[in-house]
Amino acid sequence: MEITRRHLMLLLPSAAVAWKYVLAGTPESAPNYKLTEHWWGMLIDIPKCIGCGSCVRACAQENDVPDGYFRTWVERYHVADWEIERPEVESPDGGMQGFPPNQDSSGKNFFVPKLCNHCADSPCTQVCPVGATFRSPDGVVLIDKTYCLGCRYCIQACPYGCRFLNPKSNTAEKCTLCYHRITKGLTTACCEVCPTGARQLADLKNPKDPIHEFLRTHSVQVLKPHMATGAKVFYNGMDGSVR
Amino acid sequence: MFKDIEHLVRLALVMAIAAVAFVLVRATVIPRSFGQYGHYRGAAITEIASRPITFAGHQACEGCHTEVVDQKKLGKHVVVPCEACHGALAGHAEDPASVTPAKLDTAVLCARCHEANAAKPKTFPQVVTADHSGGIACDTCHQPHRPGIETAAKKIAEGKK
Repeated sequence: MEITRRHLMLLLPSAAVAWKYVLAGTPESAPNYKLTEHWWGMLIDIPKCIGCGSCVRACAQENDVPDGYFRTWVERYHVADWEIERPEVESPDGGMQGFPPNQDSSGKNFFVPKLCNHCADSPCTQVCPVGATFRSPDGVVLIDKTYCLGCRYCIQACPYGCRFLNPKSNTAEKCTLCYHRITKGLTTACCEVCPTGARQLADLKNPKDPIHEFLRTHSVQVLKPHMATGAKVFYNGMDGSVR
Repeated sequence: MFKDIEHLVRLALVMAIAAVAFVLVRATVIPRSFGQYGHYRGAAITEIASRPITFAGHQACEGCHTEVVDQKKLGKHVVVPCEACHGALAGHAEDPASVTPAKLDTAVLCARCHEANAAKPKTFPQVVTADHSGGIACDTCHQPHRPGIETAAKKIAEGKK
């Protein structure tokens, strides 16, 4: 048997159609929202946080976070005098129900809200073996739960402890920066309910966002800068003991 | 010329079929949007963005409840967003008639923010509720949208200005 012209006529077009189908990828994007025009982050003003836990409750409600797991949580720090290397940190129930009175009210005491830092160079997305977690073009680290295998690599890789395995779906879960809200022009649930304005959503690509003025005029830090993760959650007035 | 060339032709044909099958299977198994923005399924972004909202946002409340907006402007609670106390009310914003907000218990609600705690900022108004009110509802004296208590003396002082 040999390949005749007839065989070729059948083979080549079908291969060409199949190849075109592989290469094609029709862009699907939300109307009026352009991925390339935003670069999301958050500003946390520690001296304004009162540890009321509104953000933790709102996050759980907005995102159906399972009980005992947190996409955002509030920590209370107690730093005794010079013991900056050994702060006492507690977060009962993620700070969801507020905090009991301090055992020891001497030294330094303050609250630190935590959430995913939506790193520009995030370690968690780099370790995913199946391409289930990624940083979107607008700077939000997201999880495709239909692709997630539940292998937990990303949970180990996150230096900030911001991921967990959802016990119902057995897929990794984390803060989405309320992606379903910010793409509709709203702020995140945690920022929406914060009574003191300690948390503010920031669009770093929007020149009119007040974040730029704030960053210019304040001493602002990110968590674990030595890890070079490109964290985009900026903390104002953060003590050196915060880990 | 080669002897028995059909062997080679047959082998080539089998490989060609395998290659076409590979391309076809790959095309059906891999979602079309995979690789659109990077090594992930681009459509996942749209799916995540399509989740319904639970908190309406204070702009939605302020459209109708203008009298509360005016009240809040007179006091320190002007910075507090509506849903911080009233809870998630996107349903109410959508259909005000069928979804109505629950009545709030100020004895519990106000303490969440104003119960004294050493870790709270020193400038933030705090009370030990047991000493301050003995557990009675805060709205017995304070109006939550405008919490400062106006004494007669204060009113007179303001009137003179």
